[in-house]
Amino acid sequence: MCLAIPGKITQITTDPGNPFRSGKVSFGGIVREVNLSLVPDAREGDYVLVHVGAAISMVDEAEAQTTFDYLKQIGELDDLNLGAEDSKTG
Amino acid sequence: MKFLSEYRSPELVDQYLRQIRETVRRPWTIMEVCGGQTHSLVKNGILNMLPPEVTMVHGPGCPVCVTPLHLIDKAVWLAEEQRVILCSYGDMLRVPGSRKSLLEAKAAGADVRILYSPLEAVTVAQENPGREVVFFAVGFETTAPANAMSVVHAHQLGVQNYSILASHVLVPPAIEAVMNDPEARIQGFLAAGHVCTIMGLHEYHPLAEKYKIPIVVTGFEPVDLLQGILMAVRQLENGEHRVENQYSRVVRPEGNPEARRVIERVFTLSDREWRGIGTIPNSGWEVQHDLSAYDANRKFNVQLEKAPESPDCIAGLVLKGIKNHTNALNSARAAPPPCPSARLWCRRKAPAQHTIITGRRVSGSTVYRLPSTVYRYANTLSDA
Ligand code: SF4
Repeated sequence: MCLAIPGKITQITTDPGNPFRSGKVSFGGIVREVNLSLVPDAREGDYVLVHVGAAISMVDEAEAQTTFDYLKQIGELDDLNLGAEDSKTG
Repeated sequence: MKFLSEYRSPELVDQYLRQIRETVRRPWTIMEVCGGQTHSLVKNGILNMLPPEVTMVHGPGCPVCVTPLHLIDKAVWLAEEQRVILCSYGDMLRVPGSRKSLLEAKAAGADVRILYSPLEAVTVAQENPGREVVFFAVGFETTAPANAMSVVHAHQLGVQNYSILASHVLVPPAIEAVMNDPEARIQGFLAAGHVCTIMGLHEYHPLAEKYKIPIVVTGFEPVDLLQGILMAVRQLENGEHRVENQYSRVVRPEGNPEARRVIERVFTLSDREWRGIGTIPNSGWEVQHDLSAYDANRKFNVQLEKAPESPDCIAGLVLKGIKNHTNALNSARAAPPPCPSARLWCRRKAPAQHTIITGRRVSGSTVYRLPSTVYRYANTLSDA
């Protein structure tokens, strides 16, 4: 039910008279018209997360990287902790 | 596809699994709240890859299991007795009511339509000015903004033949219900990433504090889920209980203020009945009074006698983590369960373990290579 998919805004298409912002979003080549009212800052080229026809969030590229760095990060953290314990006992 | 395939990387999956194995020392029971996460855990074979110390319990995140019978009855009544055009997300069509499902009503001649978005329902109303159009607005917090927006949309466009049958449920009260049950044995939660995309994290801090449980807001791809599980296990092993955000590429601590504004404009908190559990105070949303022209309940003055829920339904036990859907499904394969919804679950979920949407038969750790979410999405698009 809560399925939401990231896609790239290829065009903002809101026509005058339509109170709701909308645009074309490409999902790996499948292009659909998507409501963009909930992501007022989104521009062409941005990635948004789309659920039942509405973009509900922008995808943050910098934050996306954290999942790939996490293991390394906790590895370093654990080394640090171990080091601290070593120095305590030692 | 960007922001999807990277999170299905087999190498990263292996690295995360290894790290979970190295971290875990004692047995832990963790509940993933959202049905989408359950789906991904089952479909990608992750449940079989986790070390035996980690038990995943599948939470209440399925509209099938929490929508009470009488709401289905209402939708059927509107379609059959009031002759409205009843629009719904596809998920709800096969869910049985006390007499029949929406699909059966459709087969018997009622005008029931599957839509991908509630915003399309407003267009249906515009195209059928002589008929009443009702959208069956089911869902968690994730789906509420679009449902609410359809009302605002209709209001602004002056569309008067449109209303919604609101059936919203909220996640935090469900977590409370799970934790307040003396039989429940959940020690940590993976919170639903897309719910928090809308609502943010603020509701979860008091819960982590009150029940001394780690709550990790988690995404839906294999790597997301494994990272979420690792974060929860690390907290549990360290005796911590914090709210952590695994899904930060999408979830901001404050949620989506724009989305919450639309929700607040259209909905107000209400008590809500959950199938198999009973009424949980302030666990749902109903349409605000000043918009009652768009509330199908009031517009059609729906007065139906409440049908009793099946005594065999295990939704309450599933929700509290006492029974497990996967086990229920496994035993269900031997003998079909009495609850019609459970049979629905079996039909829906059982094939996912063997044959994926692409039709290829896969097993073990190769499953997560398939971009099936995309296929599933593409399918909904072409259906709509
Ligand atoms: S038995 Fe299973 S499928 Fe029925 S509603 Fe009940 S929990 Fe959901």
